[in-house]
Amino acid sequence: MPVRVHVNGAPRDFAAAPTFEEMLAELELAGRRIAVERNGEIVPRSRFADTRLADGDRIEVVVAVGGG
Amino acid sequence: MNAPEKVALEDALVIAGREYRSRLLVGTGKYRDFDETRRAIEASGAEIVTVAIRRTNIGQNAGEPSLLDVLPPSRYTILPNTAGCYTAQDAVRTLRLARELLDGHALVKLEVLGDQQSLYPNMPETLAAAGTLVAEGFQVMAYCNDDPILAKQLEEIGCVAVMPLASLIGSGMGILNPWNLQIIIDRVKVPVLVDAGIGTASDAAIAMELGCDGVLMNTAIAKARDPVRMARAMKAAVEAGRDAFLAGRMAKKPYEAAASSPTTGLIEKAR
Repeated sequence: MPVRVHVNGAPRDFAAAPTFEEMLAELELAGRRIAVERNGEIVPRSRFADTRLADGDRIEVVVAVGGG
Repeated sequence: MNAPEKVALEDALVIAGREYRSRLLVGTGKYRDFDETRRAIEASGAEIVTVAIRRTNIGQNAGEPSLLDVLPPSRYTILPNTAGCYTAQDAVRTLRLARELLDGHALVKLEVLGDQQSLYPNMPETLAAAGTLVAEGFQVMAYCNDDPILAKQLEEIGCVAVMPLASLIGSGMGILNPWNLQIIIDRVKVPVLVDAGIGTASDAAIAMELGCDGVLMNTAIAKARDPVRMARAMKAAVEAGRDAFLAGRMAKKPYEAAASSPTTGLIEKAR
């Protein structure tokens, strides 16, 4: 079943619900030092492989940047 | 770097049980590029560096180095901040993400802002966020107003350091209310670090002469004409100010001059 999620505010469509690992690979973020939140809750890196996105999820993917 | 130092350092800055040689903490924003960031931070001698947490660019610059490649957590204590957060909820979410990003790292800089013009701290939200974060095991260094009562409340909540402003973030206006800072330093037992408003080296020295435990700055270095040289100046100023504080300044004698040279044994006065 196709799903639509929002990643960092932008809509993304998938033919079937991917795991977080699959989604990050598709977004060319695999192996990067990132942290992920789904609907306001942390998704630990250790769960990327066995956790699937669901239709309507709001995903945040963050990195460390320069700041004071 | 993540294990506590075994050997006690002379006059170390101790935050959350860990010792640091440098009392200068620096931000990593507003530099021209990563190379300038790296060189300035090396020159500053800082061991604790702040970073911001932001959405990653998707589909762009996949192979580019990241800030944490330039400033490896193995060498620096990375202090994630909540810059840009205006509510306790957003600040807490940001730092939970930071902890995940940094493999369980607990030391964080909490700042909850009040409005976009002044970037003045929203203290009710800051206190609320501090309570939640401390309960979740974070070691919170809290950016705050230079209000002794609020600083004390942050300490009572369990913050590991309080960081009152010297003047507005990024303003370079220096220390506008040394008297308030002095009261905070006298009353609060956890480290007091001046955060925000430092403009040049003398500002940092004055903060340290007041008895602050450290100084945190970003723009004063990054927006100097020569950031690497200013970083060096700030390192020297923080060290000089700390030494002056420990040495104990002479008493001020506003209406009384006192010669440094002997007052006897002068040659015969001309007739």
